[in-house]
Amino acid sequence: MILGSINPAVLLAALMVAATPILLAAIGELVVEKAGVLNLGVEGMMIMGACIGFIVAVNTGSPLIGFLGAALGGMALSLLFALLTQALMTNQVASGLALTLFGLGLTALLGQSYVGITPPRTPKLDLGPLSDIPFLGRALFTHDIVVYLSIALVAAVWWFLKYSRAGMILRAVGENHDAAHALGYHVKRVRVLAIMFGGACAGLGGAYLSLIRVPQWTEGMTVGAGWIALALVVFASWRPWRALAGAYLFGGVVVLQLNLQAAGVKIPVEYLSMSPYLITIFVLVLISSGKARGSLNAPGSLNRPFHASN
Amino acid sequence: MIRLERRKEPSKFWRIANPFLAVVLTMLAGGAMFAALGKDPVAAIRLIFFDPIFSQTFGSYSRPQLLIKSAPLILIAIGLAIGFKANIWNIGAEGQYIIGALFGAGVALAFFPAPGWYIFPLMVMAGAFGGFLWAMIPAILKTRFNTNEILVSLLLVYVAERILAAMALGLMRNPDIPGFPGSRDLRRYEAAHNAELIANTGIHWGVVAALIAVIFAYVMMTRHMLGYQVQLAGQAPRAARFGGVSPARLVVICLGISGALAGLAGMFEVSGPGGQVRIEFASGYGFTAIIVAFLGRLNPFGIVLAGLLLGLTYIGGELSQMILQLPGAAIQVFQGMLLFFLLALDFQTNYRLRLTRGMRI
Amino acid sequence: MRKTLLRLDGVSKAYPGVLANDDISFEIGIGQMHALLGENGAGKSTLVKMIYGLVQPDKGQMTLHGQPFAPAQPSDARQNGVAMVFQHFSLFDALDVAENVALGMENPPPLRDLARRISTVSQDYGLPLDPSRLVGELSAGERQRVEIIRCLLQDPKLLIMDEPTSVLTPQEVEILFRTLRQLSSEGTAILYISHKLEEIRSLCDEATILRGGRKVATCDPRQKSARELAELMVGQVLTPPERPSKPKGKVLLQVDKLSLKSNNPFGTSLKEISFNLHAGEVLGIAGVAGNGQDELLLVLSGEVPTPSAQVRLRDEAIGHLGPNARRKRGLASAPEERLGHAAAPEMSLTQNALLSGALAKGLAQGGFIDWGRTERFARDIIKRFDVRTPGPHVLARALSGGNLQKFVIGREIELRPDVIVVNQPTWGVDASAAAFIRQALLDLASAGAGVLVISQDLDELLEVADSFAALNEGRLTAVRPAKGLTVEEIGLMMGGAHDLTPVQEGAA
Repeated sequence: MILGSINPAVLLAALMVAATPILLAAIGELVVEKAGVLNLGVEGMMIMGACIGFIVAVNTGSPLIGFLGAALGGMALSLLFALLTQALMTNQVASGLALTLFGLGLTALLGQSYVGITPPRTPKLDLGPLSDIPFLGRALFTHDIVVYLSIALVAAVWWFLKYSRAGMILRAVGENHDAAHALGYHVKRVRVLAIMFGGACAGLGGAYLSLIRVPQWTEGMTVGAGWIALALVVFASWRPWRALAGAYLFGGVVVLQLNLQAAGVKIPVEYLSMSPYLITIFVLVLISSGKARGSLNAPGSLNRPFHASN
Repeated sequence: MIRLERRKEPSKFWRIANPFLAVVLTMLAGGAMFAALGKDPVAAIRLIFFDPIFSQTFGSYSRPQLLIKSAPLILIAIGLAIGFKANIWNIGAEGQYIIGALFGAGVALAFFPAPGWYIFPLMVMAGAFGGFLWAMIPAILKTRFNTNEILVSLLLVYVAERILAAMALGLMRNPDIPGFPGSRDLRRYEAAHNAELIANTGIHWGVVAALIAVIFAYVMMTRHMLGYQVQLAGQAPRAARFGGVSPARLVVICLGISGALAGLAGMFEVSGPGGQVRIEFASGYGFTAIIVAFLGRLNPFGIVLAGLLLGLTYIGGELSQMILQLPGAAIQVFQGMLLFFLLALDFQTNYRLRLTRGMRI
Repeated sequence: MRKTLLRLDGVSKAYPGVLANDDISFEIGIGQMHALLGENGAGKSTLVKMIYGLVQPDKGQMTLHGQPFAPAQPSDARQNGVAMVFQHFSLFDALDVAENVALGMENPPPLRDLARRISTVSQDYGLPLDPSRLVGELSAGERQRVEIIRCLLQDPKLLIMDEPTSVLTPQEVEILFRTLRQLSSEGTAILYISHKLEEIRSLCDEATILRGGRKVATCDPRQKSARELAELMVGQVLTPPERPSKPKGKVLLQVDKLSLKSNNPFGTSLKEISFNLHAGEVLGIAGVAGNGQDELLLVLSGEVPTPSAQVRLRDEAIGHLGPNARRKRGLASAPEERLGHAAAPEMSLTQNALLSGALAKGLAQGGFIDWGRTERFARDIIKRFDVRTPGPHVLARALSGGNLQKFVIGREIELRPDVIVVNQPTWGVDASAAAFIRQALLDLASAGAGVLVISQDLDELLEVADSFAALNEGRLTAVRPAKGLTVEEIGLMMGGAHDLTPVQEGAA
């Protein structure tokens, strides 16, 4: 049958590639939300990263410098959000939306003359004999460095939140900012740093789209990946490893759907391409309805503005 | 040392002054951006903000356009603002706009080519109903499963866009012109055409509907218990429960109103200025309306002014694209900046800057 | 004479519109138990925040061990041996005990070692605590232990305790006092903030009394009567509310085996609560915070529905009805939290008058609001309940706690209810407003209404209640006449002794 023509090892490899952009964005946003800030501008920061990363990579010829630029680009936009919400006490939801709208517009402008160009290729990481292992070699060890970096990042965030003192302070700030302030922690400083980290991660995720996954620059090319990353954080109940699992699950759906399209299934392409969004909504419903587990993990001060009264 | 100090009461002056200040700042920053793009900033700003209305050469074309562009923005923003006041964030109006258009066009295409006065009213109802239905998805998921309405309503925009494409290529495709995507032109089907009511003014049924919605929203928000409950729920959800407000009912009402209004806007667009169901039918009104709602201070009359201003930037953007070869995206940046400046300025409404002499011992 | 540990010299602090502390000087000796006594708003909190480095004084200076002491932030204070237990705990629900302790320490050891030290210290001072539990699951008393142990692990020279007994049962208070006396004998000075006079008389050897931001006296509290201390603190002679005794009327409100599962993971479930409230009766329900008071109010106000027969008003089953339907039938309520629950902070008093008055007072016809009548209603409340405010257009959050509480209670009383349920009616309210509110509730009862007062303030309950019951972990004890109850009996009831011989209903 049609599914028979799909090689599972290739599928698995493709799944990891498809999942990496949203995984990067989600792990960044997870840290931001753990610090008690809801940044709905992930989509905007991602597209910023996609655009800046592309421009830098094309001009320098180096994809790695491109990724660096993307991280800085995402961070720059996130600083704008930090300025608004932390210094000027604006509504986080509105500011996040503004960030997304602004990012989409700005990148459409910046990237105008880059449409239709092919970016420099990002090399696969040479893992020597590992990639010769049957099946697993093809599936797991034929990727570029960013795929492994994203997994390392998940591990690092997990360790940071669970075992480091700085991570504990970050959780404390997100859980109860008044208490953290009373103990003398700098709530805003912690939050600004978290927001910047989130911006850098979203930028990397965006650049992965424009430099590796697609690889091309088109206006609005993130098509909702940032929003899916936000949903992923909820799905993961703010746990790093669950974000990884969720991202790969999502990647699986995307790849399967693409393969079905390619295999010429008798369902119009438009309906198949809806499936990632519908699956995301479906998973959100599943997670949110299990009241106790999900909400217990939500940071106590999420989306509440902090202003020291004394 | 400088510090923010919370005001005892929000400043009324800044609440009203800030949108104007934000427009001025946006013009300055936008001018700088145009200069960076190598264009004459003064000419560009003039072209965007003044020429669409005052120009001798193309004013007669662009003046009617103002109402055509502003009406859907106002119609959608009115609904969104009611929800925003209650802290219910429908940001998927773009999707509801698309589905409303599809429902409206669907009715028209089903009757084609029959004449009949009842067809257009049916389309209006279908459009509102379509938007309402699409908004009920996040509403019901929120009330039943506690799912975040921001994410769901937004994700449904992408789903709606794909349904739109599927319709334009499939079910609703014009059978008379094979090979081209897109439906029949509703402007050529008299019973379904949302025609200009007064020649060369741009006034069509959508403008009338926007006007009715503004008045309706104003009365509801200032004189009716529902408006009071909306504000109460937004400001103090626990107090709202104490006052007997059911949060679930409010979610359904707010999303329902904004969905229906967005659906109406889509229907008036597809049967008039848009003309047909096409893949590129959606032009971002649903997102721009978010800016309109904020810029208008979530107040119905403020929204009218804000809607006219952003409608203006749409036309100005088109003009500057034709005349100055400015990129179309520039106008999006413009709109984004406007919202940024407004949010940034708003701290003055609730806080005041104070110089403190920190005498340390 | 002991050696001086901390010395304050002319310390002042001004906030916009208020002089919170005005030229305050006093000394604390090494190992001394020093009380800081004053009403809400007297400036106690600001003063200790300066000692703890959260706020910097505008004028004046402090010395610690004879050295200038000017902590710029709490960590400076902690490094100098100053520790503080907050009134509203500075704890993190989703973190475990060990993590919570570590967050309050300057250089915490690895968490595993810390957990061991927590166990040791908690045993040494008779404060048992499991370091691996989530703080959100602990009782108020246990949460306070976390705070205390957090301080003790740093060998403080000065321990500041801000209203520590407000969340404890009388028995738990005894345990706390034992710990504090032990600390004091080991050389740790304690700055004990409270407005409870008997406590201070039994615990402290020196007291500094603040009123309106100024120091009015430093004295030995054991040499003064509670009345003398109270008058120093309040600055006027207080009259206790009047209460003519009256026989019980007919039953107005019946609660029968009311159970409710809390849907908040850190909330309390109500378990088979039963009581009757009679016309003209004031029923006081005591209990330490977090034992189901909030939940009980929500169920009685109608914000959370129950099976209809579990709550009956004049024999009509109303458990399924919402707040407005209950108000129409004559059941009014006032929740504990003024800002955000009983009133919307960002709305004017007129708009807030509409909150519960809309239907019950007919301020909205066919859904359309009569703003003129609503404003008159607000003005009436302001006048009759002596709410000090420029007018009904003022935002609720701009009012002081006492004035807003008078407005909220006044609004509910103006609905002329047959039954009123109030939770913490005088919490955080100045003494004169508190007396006014209690008198208003008593007047309502003597006019024939049933009054249910849920409160954590025992003195208040003993002052106003005819009958008495206590909540413990969501269970209610049998109702007993308030007259003749001893503090020990009350303590046992609050601690969950449900088997005290119940006095039969209707026997009175």
